[in-house]
Amino acid sequence: MKKTKKALTKKSKKQKSKKEADIWTKGNPWVYSQTVKEHFLQPKNFMKFGEEEKFQYNGLGMIGSPVCGDVMKFWILVDPKTEKIKDARWRTFGCASAIASTSVLSEMILRHGGMKLEQARKITPNDIIKELGGLPDIKYHCSVLGDKALRDAINDYYRRTGQYDKIEPEGSRVIDKILKITEKDIEKAVLDGAKTLEEVQEKTKVGLGDPSCIPLVEELIRFYKEKYNL
Amino acid sequence: MKRYYFDYAATTPTRKEVISAMKPFWQKQFGNPSSLYLEGRIAKQAIESARNKIAEILQVQSKEIIFTNGGTESVNLALQGTAHYYQKEFSQPKIIISAIEHPAGLETVKALKEQGFEIAYLSVQKNGLVDLDQLKSLIDDQTILISIMYANNEIGVIEPIPKIAQIIKNFRTEHKTIFPLFHTDACQAAGYLDIRPQKLGVDLMSLNGGKIYGPKATGVLYKKEGVEIKPLIYGGGQEKNYRSGTENVAGIVGFATALTLAQKEKKQESQRLKLLRNYLIKNVLKNIPKVFVNGDLKNRLPNNAHFTILDVEGEALILKLDEYGIAASTGSACHSKSLSPSHVLQAIGLPAEFIHGSLRITLGKDTTKKDIDYLIQKLKKVVLELRELSPISLKFNEKNKESTN
Repeated sequence: MKKTKKALTKKSKKQKSKKEADIWTKGNPWVYSQTVKEHFLQPKNFMKFGEEEKFQYNGLGMIGSPVCGDVMKFWILVDPKTEKIKDARWRTFGCASAIASTSVLSEMILRHGGMKLEQARKITPNDIIKELGGLPDIKYHCSVLGDKALRDAINDYYRRTGQYDKIEPEGSRVIDKILKITEKDIEKAVLDGAKTLEEVQEKTKVGLGDPSCIPLVEELIRFYKEKYNL
Repeated sequence: MKRYYFDYAATTPTRKEVISAMKPFWQKQFGNPSSLYLEGRIAKQAIESARNKIAEILQVQSKEIIFTNGGTESVNLALQGTAHYYQKEFSQPKIIISAIEHPAGLETVKALKEQGFEIAYLSVQKNGLVDLDQLKSLIDDQTILISIMYANNEIGVIEPIPKIAQIIKNFRTEHKTIFPLFHTDACQAAGYLDIRPQKLGVDLMSLNGGKIYGPKATGVLYKKEGVEIKPLIYGGGQEKNYRSGTENVAGIVGFATALTLAQKEKKQESQRLKLLRNYLIKNVLKNIPKVFVNGDLKNRLPNNAHFTILDVEGEALILKLDEYGIAASTGSACHSKSLSPSHVLQAIGLPAEFIHGSLRITLGKDTTKKDIDYLIQKLKKVVLELRELSPISLKFNEKNKESTN
């Protein structure tokens, strides 16, 4: 009798301590958002082994370098009549958030029968991050590459179809339409030491004539500051 | 899901013998060691008995043991402590430190540099061993301190501490001086190597409980009698004024127990882990293409395997393995808080594109051959998945497989 009682308390003690341990494993906290996790573990629309030879595309873009730790490649199939993206594939070398951001971008452009090229080229890093349910600040620059690879593929499509006037070389994207200030100008201002919107404006006057571009300018300043570790 | 822990260099679980040794000091024997009455005397006695035990293992005097709150604090106390105590004796005080030290050392000397100390970084060769000829050329009459880790936390390489000590001794004899002092960070070594300071020839040595199945945030600084340091923390004058603050009695008792057991079992455990580690390396190289091992294979902790896996990125690799219950570590930039890749892998001359694909596997008490087979199987699968996603294919030289030299 006594023995059973002892055995029982021992067992319940064990159960109790197991319960206490469970409190900490229950939530299974992950590094990034749930959406990032899903896209990282089950990436959508990526180019599978052996699919490269079969996949039909008319635009191909690539950005990044193995030295920096992020490389992204985008294949797109554009319907020449509607200029909508009918199909897309991608490959990414990089961390979990880089993989997830390219995957989610491929979903964004293929939704509702495919996005128009003019619209797809306007996708910003913030749009991707929003779709992902947020990213830590330090990971911000990874996802920026996805949209750049896509724009590179879009330019490639215009090149292949002879629409040279529509090509926008990366960096020549006009940010301030009134003063014709490009991405490159913002990049240069940041590299020259401007760290805030005001400092960039001192150098470029960006946004003074076209205040609607200011949120984008702020986004770019942040991107270049992180890119060059400033 | 069952977890497979392969990151014993990050930290170890506290072993049950340690927990039972610590237990009385949380509630029953809770006294402050500085108090005169019975509760205080019991706590004090526990600390002193732990100190004696550690001194006996290290074959040093009890008064040469200073308890701290961890490895990082011990290293800081050794570096800042000696630098600040002796700086007035030099016109341009200099510290020599290896390029592959733990951040506890490297970040501390960075701060000392801002205070006017000259810092000389000792390079390592491709195999991770420090360059002894360069060391000889770096030592001069302004050198206060040389700090070189015993075993590296990333690539597991064991530095030739006695040889380095001999070079330092020769300099001292020639110049009739007690400088430079010699500190070694032995946090990773304590579980597997002989850490007796006199055998090693060091004046200061840092140890950490959290790496030897002891409690986290416990540590020891061995400080040879006669060597002086300025404290980092001021207060009630505990630890002979070197480290104020009420002692972590349970932690100190736990540390002593952990160190005793680790040193007692080191030979047998080293042998067991070395076999498993070699089996792991052999099979990873055999089963996964485009992989090589970093760091010297001979002068190496028995529980460390460090790989470069081409065309995959480390953080993605770690998080994929995690999904299979596997815990391991990487030196990839994307993983770090600063986005800068591992300084150790940079120091051994690995190009950045290789550093991104680094994987550290460290084995420990609970690792079995079955666990390693599971790891190899899942690693193979995960690497293939990530390579399918990867648009790059780096050139690989088969000869580099074991890049020991």
